[in-house]
Amino acid sequence: MSKYLLNKFLFTVDRDPALVERYREDPQGTVEWWESSEANRILACHLDESSTWLHFEDDERTALSTHDYPRLFELGAHPFLTLTLFIAMFERDHEEPLGFQLEYARKIAHMSLPYPDIAT
Amino acid sequence: MAELVAVIASTHHPFYYRASTSTGEDRPPFADEWVRKVEAFRETLTKARPDVLVMVGSDHFHQLWLDNMPQFLVGKAPFYDANWYNEEREFGLPRMVMKGQEDLSEYVLREGLDAGFDLAFSNELRIDHSITCPIITLRPQNDLPIVPIYTNIFAPPLPRPKRFVQLGRTIRQLVESWPSDKRVAVIGTGHLSLELGGPRQFGPHGPDPEFDRKAVEWISTGDLDGCCGEVTLDSLHLPGNATHGFMDFMLMMGVAGEGQKADYVDTYDLFHTMEAYFTWYPKGVPA
Repeated sequence: MSKYLLNKFLFTVDRDPALVERYREDPQGTVEWWESSEANRILACHLDESSTWLHFEDDERTALSTHDYPRLFELGAHPFLTLTLFIAMFERDHEEPLGFQLEYARKIAHMSLPYPDIAT
Repeated sequence: MAELVAVIASTHHPFYYRASTSTGEDRPPFADEWVRKVEAFRETLTKARPDVLVMVGSDHFHQLWLDNMPQFLVGKAPFYDANWYNEEREFGLPRMVMKGQEDLSEYVLREGLDAGFDLAFSNELRIDHSITCPIITLRPQNDLPIVPIYTNIFAPPLPRPKRFVQLGRTIRQLVESWPSDKRVAVIGTGHLSLELGGPRQFGPHGPDPEFDRKAVEWISTGDLDGCCGEVTLDSLHLPGNATHGFMDFMLMMGVAGEGQKADYVDTYDLFHTMEAYFTWYPKGVPA
């Protein structure tokens, strides 16, 4: 389990307008690129001093590569990060106000308390 | 010594700015009543004639991140830029700049450390909607210097609720012992029951109206015993997965003091979450 890395992906994509669009259009390619060149970057440090050990588990990579946000919830990704990024990508495809947010709730309606642990 | 002229606790609803400034068909039906309530709440701060605002909020994974996460952090800088790209994108919030009251930040850090809180600090802090929302609602002219204080209600492991109350008590002691002739208001924002990114999100009301009713009663009567007797890190999962933001209300109850009834209480039942507004005047209601 690398909940921290899932969150790091969501966090670094969400804060970058170009990356939000890139992830919307090409999720698999964006995840492959990010894991190979960004996953080990320590955000406040020089590139030469990146980490060496971070990678996704297979089911985490698949969930990100398929925009499978219900699975991200089940894996314990931080719900605020997932929600914010997915609203940025997909709210525009819904006519009704809150249309995407309510669809999102329905798609994880099978989840009951206690929710998956989000501690990292 | 400085004078604590108002203690204010509020929800921070990022949709207020857009709702209150939209017109015509874009203006939601609940906007006019919301604006009326916020303007009445604003008057409770205006009447206190503050010179400085201590602002308690919580970074939502903007500048503070899991590679270096403080539990409690005090900003100490001459200026604070504010609001982030994803808040402009989702909520339509404007970019802002606030002045800092750097000498009070320095005092809170030094004295807070000596009082048993190992406070983190930041000399370059871009703040987010947990602090800009109450500026927009309570002081839209944005003319007063601030001391931002961030709490971690977001990235477990979190401090326990009692620690938030203790920090609130300490903040009050520090403000009241600050060698200054300034009039200080302490403003903190949090949430009642709230779900974000979970199955109970964006319903017609907050996810747990019964919790909200109890929470408003605890806050408005200053019932810290009752509140601390029921609220734990575990229990806060039940009303909604983002309800740990309620601990910032508990911090503000610590500032206001045990058993202190709020001088002003208002609520507004909106979709998604209930709005709640409280003001205490430690020195009595201003004329």
